[in-house]
Amino acid sequence: MTKSELILRLAELRPHLLQRDAERIVTTVFEEITAALARGDRVELRGFGAFSVKRRESRVGRNPRTGASVNVEEKLVPFFKTGKQLRERLNQGNPQQSS
Amino acid sequence: MTDNTVTRAQLSEAVYQEVGLSRNESADLVETVLNQIADALARGEMVKISSFGSFSVRQKGKRIGRNPKTGEEVPILPRRVLVFRPSHVLKGRINQVGDAQQPAPQQSEHA
Repeated sequence: MTKSELILRLAELRPHLLQRDAERIVTTVFEEITAALARGDRVELRGFGAFSVKRRESRVGRNPRTGASVNVEEKLVPFFKTGKQLRERLNQGNPQQSS
Repeated sequence: MTDNTVTRAQLSEAVYQEVGLSRNESADLVETVLNQIADALARGEMVKISSFGSFSVRQKGKRIGRNPKTGEEVPILPRRVLVFRPSHVLKGRINQVGDAQQPAPQQSEHA
């Protein structure tokens, strides 16, 4: 499912919504999450999962082609941890699933 | 770096401000968006949100784990896990200048 399919789906489920509003809703949700992470905040959506920012220390990397050492600067990376409920849903109906 | 937590309440508030529907309806729509994503993932579908990232479901095989406290071996059964891959746009936004911890931009490299 892509973002545009998600927008179409939302418009189907809520027929009174204008397509344009369905688009603004989906865009706003992801924009808010992005803005929060850019501020260094955490985004916690119970049952779905939590987005956070992790710091990667600077390190000496290597150019795999030439073998030359390059300094890789410290950077921040987004991280997502799946919520308990969603994790369980992914494994529902799987008889091999341990509890 | 601030250390606040954003929840559904703030997402609903943003939708309310942005779209101009009622607060109740905004909250319901945020929930619907999350549910549609969760449903697709539960079906094993990949979810790609452009300029944000993609969520995919990966099958993990059986392996032998160990209880770190007792040293006892426990089998970890095959299961499905969710993997989030952030887009370059999202990574870029998070490392944008304005962050005090942002290192000086390095223009000499052609990455």
